[in-house]
Amino acid sequence: MNGLSLDLLGLQLFTGVALGALYILMAVGLSLIFGMLTVVNFAHGAFYMLGAYVGLWLMMHGANFWIALVVAPLAVAGVGLAVERVLIRPLYGRGIDYPLLLTFGLSYIIVELVRVAFGNTGYPVDTPEALQGAVDIGVGYFPLYRLFVIAATAVILAALWFFLEKTSFGLIIRAGARDPQIVRVLGVDVSRVWLIVFGLGTGIAALAGLLSAPLQGVIPEMGGPILAEAFVVVVVGGMGSLAGAAVAGLLVGIVVSMTSLFAPEMSRVAIFALMAIVLLIRPQGFFGRAGLMS
Amino acid sequence: MTLERTTGRPARSSAAFREAGALGWARRHRAALAAAVILVFPLIAPFKALAVLILVYGLYALGFNLLFGYLGVLSFGHSALFGAGAYLCGIAFVHFGAPWWAAIIVGAVSGMIVAAIIGALAIRTRGIYFAMVTLALSQCVYYLFYEAVGWTGGENGLRGVDVKTIDLFGLHLDFVDPLTRYYVLAAFVIASLFVLSRILASPFGAVIEAVRENEARARASGYNVPLVRFVAFVLSGGFCGLAGALLALHLSIVPIETLHYDTSGLVVMMSLLGGMGTFFGPFIGAAIFLMLENLVSLWTVHWQLIVGAAFVICVLFFPRGLWGTLLERLEK
Amino acid sequence: MTDDARKFTSISRRAIVAGAGASLAAPFSFNIARAQQGNIKVGFPVPLTGPYGAEAQDQVRAAQVAIAEFNETGGLKGRMAELLVRDDKLNPGEAATRALELVEGDKVDFVVGSLSAAVQLAVNNVTKARKVLYNSISQSDTINEAKDFSPYTFHEALNPHMTAGAVGRYAFQKFGKKVVFLTADYAYGYEMVNGFQAAGKAFGIETLADIRHPLGATDFSALLPRIQALKPDILIISNFGRDQQIALKQATDFGMKKQMKIVAPILLYTGRLAAGAQAFDGVVGGTSYYWGMEKTTPSAKVFNDRFRKMHDGKVPSDYGSLAYAGVKTFLMAARAAGSTASEAVIPAMEALKYDYYKGPEYYRKCDHQSVQSVFIIESKNAPANDPDVFNIVATDEPNEANLRTCQELGHT
Repeated sequence: MNGLSLDLLGLQLFTGVALGALYILMAVGLSLIFGMLTVVNFAHGAFYMLGAYVGLWLMMHGANFWIALVVAPLAVAGVGLAVERVLIRPLYGRGIDYPLLLTFGLSYIIVELVRVAFGNTGYPVDTPEALQGAVDIGVGYFPLYRLFVIAATAVILAALWFFLEKTSFGLIIRAGARDPQIVRVLGVDVSRVWLIVFGLGTGIAALAGLLSAPLQGVIPEMGGPILAEAFVVVVVGGMGSLAGAAVAGLLVGIVVSMTSLFAPEMSRVAIFALMAIVLLIRPQGFFGRAGLMS
Repeated sequence: MTLERTTGRPARSSAAFREAGALGWARRHRAALAAAVILVFPLIAPFKALAVLILVYGLYALGFNLLFGYLGVLSFGHSALFGAGAYLCGIAFVHFGAPWWAAIIVGAVSGMIVAAIIGALAIRTRGIYFAMVTLALSQCVYYLFYEAVGWTGGENGLRGVDVKTIDLFGLHLDFVDPLTRYYVLAAFVIASLFVLSRILASPFGAVIEAVRENEARARASGYNVPLVRFVAFVLSGGFCGLAGALLALHLSIVPIETLHYDTSGLVVMMSLLGGMGTFFGPFIGAAIFLMLENLVSLWTVHWQLIVGAAFVICVLFFPRGLWGTLLERLEK
Repeated sequence: MTDDARKFTSISRRAIVAGAGASLAAPFSFNIARAQQGNIKVGFPVPLTGPYGAEAQDQVRAAQVAIAEFNETGGLKGRMAELLVRDDKLNPGEAATRALELVEGDKVDFVVGSLSAAVQLAVNNVTKARKVLYNSISQSDTINEAKDFSPYTFHEALNPHMTAGAVGRYAFQKFGKKVVFLTADYAYGYEMVNGFQAAGKAFGIETLADIRHPLGATDFSALLPRIQALKPDILIISNFGRDQQIALKQATDFGMKKQMKIVAPILLYTGRLAAGAQAFDGVVGGTSYYWGMEKTTPSAKVFNDRFRKMHDGKVPSDYGSLAYAGVKTFLMAARAAGSTASEAVIPAMEALKYDYYKGPEYYRKCDHQSVQSVFIIESKNAPANDPDVFNIVATDEPNEANLRTCQELGHT
């Protein structure tokens, strides 16, 4: 192929990792919520979008990017808590379809409310001053901001791992994911755990949304495509598995990046083909437990 | 597979059929009653094209409901069956000059073939994974049709499915006339209602519901559960493919959006709104959804807010759908 | 866009929708036959919901200007015109349904509208089968071709062949011959590329690569390193709307503007406002209209002033203005013909030589394509609130030689 070199392949790989970072952030929230609550959260893309818009609103009112990056996810997590408490909790025990359908309808509402408040047209979001420009990473120049997104994702993943593996609350979450009934018998208030997990997941989605804003700008429909891609990541990685989400997120990012190099128009379908193949060979995904939710 | 029943019929519908009284009578003649509603519907619809659209999506939802409501399997890839029916009907008409009725048959059969292919691949997976595999495979179908520009028109959609007149039993019908178009297409929908009703009342219909209620018991009773699921999926594909074919003739185009996953989501919403697992509920759901959307989008561009809210309320307070809830009230 | 401008938009949108709603309520109650008496009804399906909502609202505003002017000058022998706005949701199926509603239910005399290639082809398929006149106001080459064209089809918008050709003729002599295309993977994208290639033959351009990206892509970063490695003189980004905004933003972030000239067939006025100066800075493209040409073109000045007066001082966008011309040509042709009957209006349309807002135009007889000028514009680094965002750097005068020939299109 015209212009192909080892440097280009290396750069392409890096681009894939940067793409994968956002998928991972979306997927860990989805996966956590699914693993714990068995809720397939179709509103996850809407929370992603909401995070970007809340951040935008903060920046319009004088906050800088870094403050927005902290405040917006917290605010959206608050919305997530309310949604779980008011809308989703009544549906536990009524099968997997109902929360799925509820969040599906909810995403319509959130997106439309944002359109009412901010209009249909998107807004540009400038890359923060300190992260503009490109740096030499050995194989070529790479935008600094994308490196920052990779780093931020790594930090979030490390913090999540620490939280789940090293704290007593994390222990309860992991136990709750495995067998909520036993946990309840042991005297733990499982509904409080579920509440917090939902808030955590939506907060991370909001963070991902705001991180994506300087890359793509914001628009009410921005949550749609990434939700589809994040579902692929979660399903390929195995529903309910954090490690699965991380590995599959990187894989999907790299697959998109590499198909973009060799057959760009196929990059969108490539991930669905990947998902179909993985599921047909290993129906529970890479790290999923067989039999879950059958 | 053996379809004889070993033990008593476990399904709900069979109990319903023994029911006495007005409701029981209505259930026994459900297809005829539904047909009667369809025949008078254009009188109350806001405009004819919307009435036809309700017919088409109503049939699409009926086909989906066979799988979702009666078998209890959630598919997120039904747009592939609907869209394949629409496209192949259109392709048969535009590229091969097939007569309109043959094109419709091609559409319905295509729906079944695509369903057979997707079904063969996906039927092993369960629950939420089934929904995801069907979604992924339908995306692949979308891409296939999107790229086959010469046959499908690609993103521009397939144009020229222009049926101008229909000659039938010596009658010369003007298909461009909205009311004629409605009744010609309604004939197919009504026929489907009778077929579907017959399937559901058959031993196979009872097996479908038995699998939904208790899969382990159905398996223990000697039924080949994967085969039941497969056959139901293919039958569902036939109805959805037919609905797609009718859409192609009605709009005279096939937009690529018929294959989009939004179209899969739409049918889930319609079924749920009306009442999954009820015979006519999905049809009612399609009617309510489209009329609501039509009405609300006239006075606000924010119609999705109203539709989304209606949907959330339905999930929270009418889990059996509007029609299903109504039936439940009547039964008491 | 500023906060104030934003509020402005949402208020006037409500007003528009309320107005549209009022005019919509009536047709439902009675089915009037398409009589020669009564109002002249112009059906107007545009994507009020969806990503081009802002464009669509501007189309409605401009169409209202045309309707108001027609009615103030006496209408057609006392018959007034009215606009029936419908939301096509940027979906061809929905658009076809709305077109059926307008034609069968409301018995409209004309249909004008659309903002996508697929949607205009869908509407056209419905209207031509029913012998109703349709004027498309968004770009497509396909609608000119014999297969989709009908005597009832008019195309007021530019087509990709004209637009890309004009931009190509300007760019190839000025910026170089080595070209990479970044193209959205659909008909509109290919049509633009074909337009550039056709114009490029005369300049002996060398195409290093034509890279296709999926429609609606949100990330182009995976495509950009390869483009940088190819070291072209010109990168031509043949996509539209949000795809274009994101591609330009990310190309800027990757530092590509320092290495090559970026060119796009169409630069949208509203898109430039939404995406901001930074991403578009220095990008060259084409347009059917830019309000800033009022300094040199008298008809543009008249139209802009009228538009400003009716719509709180706003200036019309490029696609909005097409709606003005699309509605006005039908109304003027009907006035000339003394009738709204399709068969009478067609010859009157074909005979029109008009200068309504951008200089002289006319419809070519074989494909009813509006022959008109294309303006080459360059985005400038204007402050955030400034509506003056482009410089017109060249004008491609109306010339049938810049269109594909009638034979090429399959017209006999």
